[in-house]
Amino acid sequence: MTAAFFVLAHPFLESAYGAGTAIAVVSGLVGYLVVLRGQVFAGDALSHVAFTGALAALAFGVDLRLGLYGGCVAFALLLAVLGRQQGPDDTVIGSVFAWVLGLGALFLSLFTTSSTGVGGSGGTTGVSVLFGSILGLSGGQALADTVISLAVAATVVAMARPLVFASLDPAVARSRGVPVRALSIGFFVLLGVTAGVATQAVGALLLLGLLAAPAGAAQRLTARPFRAMWLSAAFALASMWIGLTVAYLVPTVPPSFGIIGTATAVYLGTFAWTGLSRRWESMVHRGTDRAPADVIFGSPFVSGPSPIQASGITRPTP
Amino acid sequence: MTPHLVGAVTLAGPRWNLVDDVRQILTFHFMVNAIRAGTVAAVLGAVIGWFMVLRRQSFVGHTLAVVSFPGAAAAIWLGVSATAGYFAGSIAAALVIALVPRTQAGRAGSQESAVIGTVQAFALASGALFVSLYGGFLDSITGLLFGSFLGVSNGQVVALVVVAGVVLVAMAVLARPLLFATVDREVAVARGVPERALSVAFLVILGCTAAEVSQVTGTLLVFALLVMPAAAAQQLTARPVLGLCLSVVLGLVVVWAALGVAFYSTWPVGFFVSTFGFVVYVAANAVRLAAGRRRRTARGTVPLRTPASPGMAAA
Repeated sequence: MTAAFFVLAHPFLESAYGAGTAIAVVSGLVGYLVVLRGQVFAGDALSHVAFTGALAALAFGVDLRLGLYGGCVAFALLLAVLGRQQGPDDTVIGSVFAWVLGLGALFLSLFTTSSTGVGGSGGTTGVSVLFGSILGLSGGQALADTVISLAVAATVVAMARPLVFASLDPAVARSRGVPVRALSIGFFVLLGVTAGVATQAVGALLLLGLLAAPAGAAQRLTARPFRAMWLSAAFALASMWIGLTVAYLVPTVPPSFGIIGTATAVYLGTFAWTGLSRRWESMVHRGTDRAPADVIFGSPFVSGPSPIQASGITRPTP
Repeated sequence: MTPHLVGAVTLAGPRWNLVDDVRQILTFHFMVNAIRAGTVAAVLGAVIGWFMVLRRQSFVGHTLAVVSFPGAAAAIWLGVSATAGYFAGSIAAALVIALVPRTQAGRAGSQESAVIGTVQAFALASGALFVSLYGGFLDSITGLLFGSFLGVSNGQVVALVVVAGVVLVAMAVLARPLLFATVDREVAVARGVPERALSVAFLVILGCTAAEVSQVTGTLLVFALLVMPAAAAQQLTARPVLGLCLSVVLGLVVVWAALGVAFYSTWPVGFFVSTFGFVVYVAANAVRLAAGRRRRTARGTVPLRTPASPGMAAA
């Protein structure tokens, strides 16, 4: 507890914790939907595009965040257009983003050669885009990040119900009049904005961890979509706070490693947890296969509900 | 980088005569080594990449490539050879990914991809940690990530050739059953093909390949040699042997052209490799589309729409 007060004594830590909290929540929420929709690879591609976008902005002397958001949203729209029905093929994503990364390498070299007189800041900036620099956020940047994150989080929560429905059973959702296609495009845009905002916290290369690890952990613990979504946000938040504190207390640990390391540890923990609870459960009452969190928190269903049952959406009767 | 400076000082530029230009390029030892290393990486990447694209494992391939970065960073931090670090990182990650239990049928895919994504992010974060522990070598970071094509030593070339030989022999042994298991998994399992063991073995092979290619292109640009030529070849032909040969040819063309152009340019090699690869891929798609259209108009038929998905039928 004293450590927490100590940490908040510094203004740069205050903005890191403030922005980090919002970024973690939005990454957790969006990440759960990314995993549910099987679009982790698209998230991976977007994280690399974030790097190219930021360096393009730097190479042409524009504000870094303009390139970051511009690049991410444009690429997200491209992915949405390429994948007509069930998301783009991973070969297509791979080819496109490998080329985008090649462009990133070009911009990096252009920016480095233009900004380095003698040992300038080009390389350092490139590395901080790749691996993040949450402790270097200014008060204004942190505020902007917080506002953007909260806006995205609010939109995701508002869209969550139809989006989960469309993700789990697109055909039925379409027949019930859910605008599956529009939701998919909208979600890609939100993912792009999330990638842009998270890049500033953990860096282009690591934001995938903030999207995938808490979501994967939450999915292992409960089959109910909305509970899992908030659980994922909670895990991301915990990873952010613990990671930042560890990085502050141990100077050699970069904050990004603290955050991603904690998220990975949480995910590993859920493997152990499900293993243990399954064994315990099979000792206590044989034969049920309920998700552990439903056993702990109680579940209205006698046997484990499928995600679609758990979402409370009923199938249309023929 | 120095090679560009050397080029700028001693050369006026390309003479636009292919034989002369190639001869001129080959007078520089670093270019000879770069071409050797690039050739080995292109052949290996094209062959293994063909299977990877067929198995839809691009995400795994990318992760295994990226994971070689912390391996190399750790090796440099500990003072071991970076080559060993590359391979250790990728093979370890391949084994971790192979451990993921493939549980419930419906959700297995997403759970597996979450694990892969986590492995990747954690590996990169560890790379950042090792770099921070080592105490800052920023040039090396970009070298590791975006490749140092033009700084390949003789010893590295020998190591690349040996590993490529071993991997290709292993692939030749596995190729037929792996193809069977990939194309028709159920029938292959029913016929007694050890599908699980094959996919683990292929992951390890993919890890070795990714590590090898990333020493040439850098960990971030591996896809240029692993995915693009293979994906282009699969757009053009579905026949395995022809496709493999085509993939190798395209890979070699991409690497050689990129090295040649980069020699006369100040822009990075990685940019040219990925750009040429992408051009080849887009061209292959265009050729396929054009061929498909010609075939349809020749037959005078309208392409069939895909039948309603199972969900619609159920509803």
